[in-house]
Amino acid sequence: MSDLVLLLPQLCILSAALLVLIYNTIFRKSTKLTILTLIAVVGSFCSIASAIFLFISQSPTVTIFGDQLVVDGSSLFFSVIISSVTLLVSIASYNYIKPLQNQAEYYSLLLLAAAGMGLMASANSLVIAFVAMELASLPSYALVTYLKNNEGSTESGLKYFLIGALSSAIFVYGSSLIYGATGSLGFTAISESILNTPSLSGLLGIGILMVIGGLAFKTTSVPFHFWAPDAYEGAISPVSAFISSASKAAGFILAFRILIEAFPLDVVSSIGLDWALAIQILAVLTMTLGNFAAALQENVKRMLAYSSIGHAGYVLIGLAALSGSQDTLVIGASMMHLMIYGFMNTGAFLFIALAEHWNVGPTFKDYRGLGSKAPLVSIAMTVFLFSLAGLPTGGGFLTKYVLFMAAVGAGFWWLAAIGAINSALSLYFYTRLVKSLWVDPPISDLNISSKGIPVGIYVAILIAAVVTILSLPFFSPFADFAMAAANILIS
Amino acid sequence: MLIELVILSAFFSGLFILFSSDENSHKFSFYLSLIPLLGTLIMWINFDGSGNALLNGGKIAFETYVPWLSLGSYSLSWHVGVDGISMPLILLTSILTPLAILSAWTPINERKSQFYGLVLIIEAALFGVFVAFDFFVWFVFWEAVLIPMYFLIAIWGGTRRKYAAIKFFIYTNVASLVMFIGFMALIFGLGDSISSFNLIDISTALHSGQLDGLGFLDASTLKYVAFIALFIGFGVKVPIVPLHTWLPDAHVEAPTPASVILAGVLLKMGTYALLRFNFTLLADVAQKWASIIAIIAAVSVIYGAFLALAQTDLKRIVAYSSISSMGYVLLGLVAYTVYGLGGATFQMISHGLLSGLLFMSVGLIYNATHTRSIEDLSGLADKMPLTSVIFIAGAFGYMGLPLMSGFAAELFIFIGAFGANFPFAKLITAISMFGIVIVAGYLLLTIQRVFFGTFEVKGNPDLALPQIHDLMPLVVILLMIIALGIAPNIFFEMIQDAVEPMVSLLGGISDV
Repeated sequence: MSDLVLLLPQLCILSAALLVLIYNTIFRKSTKLTILTLIAVVGSFCSIASAIFLFISQSPTVTIFGDQLVVDGSSLFFSVIISSVTLLVSIASYNYIKPLQNQAEYYSLLLLAAAGMGLMASANSLVIAFVAMELASLPSYALVTYLKNNEGSTESGLKYFLIGALSSAIFVYGSSLIYGATGSLGFTAISESILNTPSLSGLLGIGILMVIGGLAFKTTSVPFHFWAPDAYEGAISPVSAFISSASKAAGFILAFRILIEAFPLDVVSSIGLDWALAIQILAVLTMTLGNFAAALQENVKRMLAYSSIGHAGYVLIGLAALSGSQDTLVIGASMMHLMIYGFMNTGAFLFIALAEHWNVGPTFKDYRGLGSKAPLVSIAMTVFLFSLAGLPTGGGFLTKYVLFMAAVGAGFWWLAAIGAINSALSLYFYTRLVKSLWVDPPISDLNISSKGIPVGIYVAILIAAVVTILSLPFFSPFADFAMAAANILIS
Repeated sequence: MLIELVILSAFFSGLFILFSSDENSHKFSFYLSLIPLLGTLIMWINFDGSGNALLNGGKIAFETYVPWLSLGSYSLSWHVGVDGISMPLILLTSILTPLAILSAWTPINERKSQFYGLVLIIEAALFGVFVAFDFFVWFVFWEAVLIPMYFLIAIWGGTRRKYAAIKFFIYTNVASLVMFIGFMALIFGLGDSISSFNLIDISTALHSGQLDGLGFLDASTLKYVAFIALFIGFGVKVPIVPLHTWLPDAHVEAPTPASVILAGVLLKMGTYALLRFNFTLLADVAQKWASIIAIIAAVSVIYGAFLALAQTDLKRIVAYSSISSMGYVLLGLVAYTVYGLGGATFQMISHGLLSGLLFMSVGLIYNATHTRSIEDLSGLADKMPLTSVIFIAGAFGYMGLPLMSGFAAELFIFIGAFGANFPFAKLITAISMFGIVIVAGYLLLTIQRVFFGTFEVKGNPDLALPQIHDLMPLVVILLMIIALGIAPNIFFEMIQDAVEPMVSLLGGISDV
């Protein structure tokens, strides 16, 4: 198969981005939002379809462009996650940005960032990883500051940009140290070089630590997490949904690939560099900090932002529990969780977008009684929240428990136990919003019917809800896809 | 096939009611709840299971086995069926649900369709818990039960309903997590000897000594750790003292129909799981620690009874009395005799009916007088003869009056526990039996103060004869209690057949 065909998932998104720009350039005056949305939707849908098609028809692993890019089960799996989130966000954005300026730029930035994230999933060397990360990051900064006249939006964008720039610098510096120690940039070449000439382990160790730091930024892991609540709160909600779901998934596949392929534990531990310990500490800190901070929030969007940090902590269990005994299962579990998380978290943020559309305030109190006014989407939100909390309203239940199960199986019962404490705590703050929606008496002066029903946001939320719900009884394809992807990555 | 139909009919009826209008939803939900009842009655009539589902190739009735998904080297499957232990519990669920719906007609006046929808959904989840033989499928239903119950308490409960609901929610969720981790340790300790989460395979592997250590735990320590984790996890649901503190809050704040389901069926999830997991899969540990568990059971009985004695709220009395009754179930289980295990299972059914009856009659008293405080009530027997008769009958059933199901259940448990061969069995049983005296004490005291003496009720009581739909569930339950008291064999034969393999598993005394 031609190399370009293998990159179809990324190319679909990229060409959609360019098409948006071209269309806007030609029809400067009469740009129609409907057509922009349609291009984005078709592009991301083609991306999902081609990724699934390639997964079914494709031999396990192919490296292309001089080993710089790799197309395998896991790259396709994450392309599906990223493009699905892009699809949902594109649909929902239709209503959200209707009254706003620069609509074509918005869609092109969104699609460019998505293309960058897709490329992150395929990166096979540190250079490509860095370029892809920047391709994903730069449009994201602009997206967060999309409301450029809004102080909160620009402030959060600046914070995001500064921390992002810092962590990019750290990542790149770490890469250069690794290059200095090993003389290679390709992931497999690095691991071979460590195996053959195990020297300069101190330099290499610092390099690995710095690369982990750079990845922690993308995955919103401690210690580079503190931009997330501000950025998610300041950005418009569809963008928060996009960054918290897709960008996190992209960061994680890169982290999986770099740590597992470039620095396999059995190779690096022979020279005394056991990154698993660092990840274990990060996992515990990330999930504990995320969930405890989320429990303290009054602002719903910040609660979701911190919960997103908490979920990054759960996913880190997958890397932390790599010990040789249940490797495929732990990584597979992390991947499944990211997939379902992509739907339930995006759905939850889009519900916030809908509430903002109706001028519902930002705190838990402002959501009181919304269930009686907008029952359908409130049921969808309840599904998302309980699924995030690990209750069987959706696939999030299975993925969380499979993660804990995998951790126990790999001998890390204490990680599972800490995860369990966090999970119980998370039930408290997710239920708080459910309580506001359904249990508390409604606010009388809130009139949502006058605002009309924003079809795009509704459709996106309902798609996310249907996928979340159906992924519980029909979990088999998700599990098989993730296990196959993990299997390729591990072996 | 029949099981799936029963579960799906309850679930989709629930969804349908949830989205329909409030008007007439009470009637529709009642009629729809008769479909699962019919289904389970057909199952009962055609029941052809024998032995214990998890042991020695016991025959499972209405078994379905469909692959669900695979996770690495483990395959998960939709494996459901019933045996002599689960069949009565399913019947209990399908009988209590329509009756709980009837008892809701009077007290539930707002958001009716949501209420009845959730009741039907919880029924579907409860069926799932009792029929699943694959751990993950079982666990999905086990956790799914929490969601409707949270809403039932939080929306339609009393003044402190939000606190009670979230306490119930988090308490039981933590318990599930503890149990889950313990069980997973057991699974991975079994290593390659199992390739599925099928409880039957797990049981076979455990009983043929396939358990290896995990990490730094050797096989026997792992077994102990898993037993403790499972015991804590299920003990919260039962509840066993000292894990019971969520129960009074949840019970007192829950609306009457939810209390009926909570006490009648939800608590049995805990004892059912104890029976299946701790006392079947890990039977050797249970027998080794029998004395300790029996002491915990005795403490639950006595402490629960004293707690009930100290209450002045009618509903709280009934709520705390559940702790004593569940303590008897635990005592029966740990005895490992046919009468002990069988009596424990029989007590689950009997207590489900009796507590349902008492909660409903307390609900009737509350509907009429708008108070549940014993101090505010006096001499009701004169003005509310029918309600009083039913409450008193239920109370006597609770005390263990012969010819009512409570008598049969407790008699079986005591016979079984006396015949048990763990150390101090007779002493602990004798102490537990003392609990009956306290139960009789507080129930008689309550009856005397509330129903006899001169009539005196604060406020403006509504003393009209209760509606027919209020009375019907009480009468039906009372008749069933008496029927089970006169002829325990309606269920006991079936139960006995299912618990005998458990007794012979440990070479216990099978004739007692």
